[in-house]
Amino acid sequence: MNTQPVAESVYAEVDEIINRYREERAPLMAILQDVSDIYGYLPRDVLGYVSHQTGIPSSTIYGVATFYSFFETKPVGKYVIRICQNAPCHVLGATDVLAIVKKELGLKEGETSKNGLFTLEVTSCLGVCGVAPAMMINNVTYGNLNADRIREILALYR
Amino acid sequence: MLYRSHVLIEMTSSSIVLGAAQIRESFEREIERTGLSGEIKVLDTGSFGASLPSPFVVVYPDNIIYAPVRVEQVKLIVEEHLLKGRPVRSLIFTEKPGMETQAFLPYFPLAREKRVVLRNSGFIDPTEIDDAIACDGYLALAQALTGTPEEVIVTIKESGLLGRGGAGFPTGLKWELTRKAEGTEKYVVCNADEGEPGTFKDRLILEGDPHSILEAMIIAGYAVGAHEGYIYVRAEYPESIRHLETAIAQAEEYGLLGGNILNSGFAFRLKIRKGAGAYICGEETALLESIEGGRGEPRIKPPYPPQKGLWGMPTVINNVETLANIPPILLHGAGWFKNIGTPTCPGTKVFTLTGNVNNLGLIEVPMGITLRDLIYEVGGGIRSGHGLKLVQTGGPSGGTMTPDLLDVPMAYDTLPRYHSALGSGALTVIDDTHCIVDIVKNFCEFFLHESCGKCTPCRIGNKRVTEILDRIASGKGEVDDLEKLAFLGEHIKRTSFCGLGQAAPNPLLRCLEFFREEFEAHIQEKHCPLHVCRMNHPRKMIS
Repeated sequence: MNTQPVAESVYAEVDEIINRYREERAPLMAILQDVSDIYGYLPRDVLGYVSHQTGIPSSTIYGVATFYSFFETKPVGKYVIRICQNAPCHVLGATDVLAIVKKELGLKEGETSKNGLFTLEVTSCLGVCGVAPAMMINNVTYGNLNADRIREILALYR
Repeated sequence: MLYRSHVLIEMTSSSIVLGAAQIRESFEREIERTGLSGEIKVLDTGSFGASLPSPFVVVYPDNIIYAPVRVEQVKLIVEEHLLKGRPVRSLIFTEKPGMETQAFLPYFPLAREKRVVLRNSGFIDPTEIDDAIACDGYLALAQALTGTPEEVIVTIKESGLLGRGGAGFPTGLKWELTRKAEGTEKYVVCNADEGEPGTFKDRLILEGDPHSILEAMIIAGYAVGAHEGYIYVRAEYPESIRHLETAIAQAEEYGLLGGNILNSGFAFRLKIRKGAGAYICGEETALLESIEGGRGEPRIKPPYPPQKGLWGMPTVINNVETLANIPPILLHGAGWFKNIGTPTCPGTKVFTLTGNVNNLGLIEVPMGITLRDLIYEVGGGIRSGHGLKLVQTGGPSGGTMTPDLLDVPMAYDTLPRYHSALGSGALTVIDDTHCIVDIVKNFCEFFLHESCGKCTPCRIGNKRVTEILDRIASGKGEVDDLEKLAFLGEHIKRTSFCGLGQAAPNPLLRCLEFFREEFEAHIQEKHCPLHVCRMNHPRKMIS
């Protein structure tokens, strides 16, 4: 797991997030989601700080942080590309979509580009099977993918 | 303010992928430019399903449908139709060449279509509570509050409504069990963690008519004696979450949620909980664990959620589509509902057509429709005129249907007789150009990826299954591999802790039986008959 020193200003931001869910009976998921929105991943020191401030054991927090596929415990690229590999996309060419993106970015699954721009991941169903094959880049979904469209889309982010 | 004309634009996750947001921007810009801003209002609306190409635009009161619309056509539609009053004939959606289709909404292009849960989708603006109310939204709630909770439960029980999430459990019974269970607090939970591959019906209901879900949850709360509800939505559905947030804020403002709903003295509050990408959280007890802030690992059953659910209290958990049925049942009566569908499985079902069919999308039809009608009538047949190999119903955890089962009526009680399951209503159609080893490997990889790791049969078993399938697909299959797969499959099915593990080997076991020769060719002849597996010729890339 990556360890980075945490600046004072970070603690202030995390305090604000924790405060936001002070009234909630089970605030952990929401806190982790908000932390993830700010940093793109869940830095180890921040998780330790959340544990200290909320009294939730750090083992519990780490367990949750590593369970869900939308939580990252290592730094990821500015843009996380998630390519669906489930059957509805698979039968319409998802294997090729993955191969084309891999080739275009020179990345394997789970890798982040050296310039920190892209992380490539495969994912389960995105629920847009009507426009399969599909992928998500951060919060934006793209469908009806083919080689040309993939190149056009990636160009928007480079 | 009154407008001369309304322009409705389909705004859903799928249509946004196809440029709906740019089309909306373009309409607004062109309307502004032509000075029509005070006369014409642009609105968002939900999906219309497989029957209309996406994205569509409807112009009221002229009842004219343009579909599919491209950004560059917007200028022409505004200048000709909206400014000069001359509909652009060349762009109007026609079902058959030369025949003009008018949008007499509710518009049913296919005789079989019957809209109950999608009654308002594609017709109202989901971000406007007044639109929902104008279409009888919250009327069933108002009526329910004037009667007793028991009366509500009796009607739902009489209607014969079965849960639409996959298991088909009687909804009225679930509510009754929760009402009768002892607990200082009770909860209503809506399962909107729609993760079954090939399923997107709940998303389109939430994007098209979120108020119907709010209304049903408040009614459920009244019926079972709960004052708090949670909607658990998967993180992959930002549009659904946005619409729900808006809907909850509006309902609170109108006194339809809060401390004293419609002056009845009944209090109910709703919160949204966002998932974080875990298929297992669609399992109801894993979902509860996730709401409680932990890892989404399933709990032992019994006790079932109606006895011990959220924070150990009696909890009713219903799927989005199940809930969307509640207001119409209460408004029109149990008898009306029982007249739709089959006698033992009444009502409609939303099916999502995915894979190798011509028309991808969703359709709501009465229970009992055949697979043949769904694929060849609604779906417009298989792409490029290929033959049908198999249909995976209800996603990987559902059932595998082969071409010999095309005429079986689709309902929760009929499919188990054919070792299949209706599940969520997802239909993944796979044509005969696909290799069975490759397809089954895909299903098994899905379960390997989504296993929560709690129990050994599912965690390790799916790993071993995938390894063997990989071996077979790369031409290194061994003589006893098929026996090993069958053995593993049976054991994973019998010994896994929860529904995910128990369902995981279903496609594998069924396909081993039905497509045995194709598996054998891979092992004995080291040959993929359909040239898909990589030991053979390299595959052509999509262009």
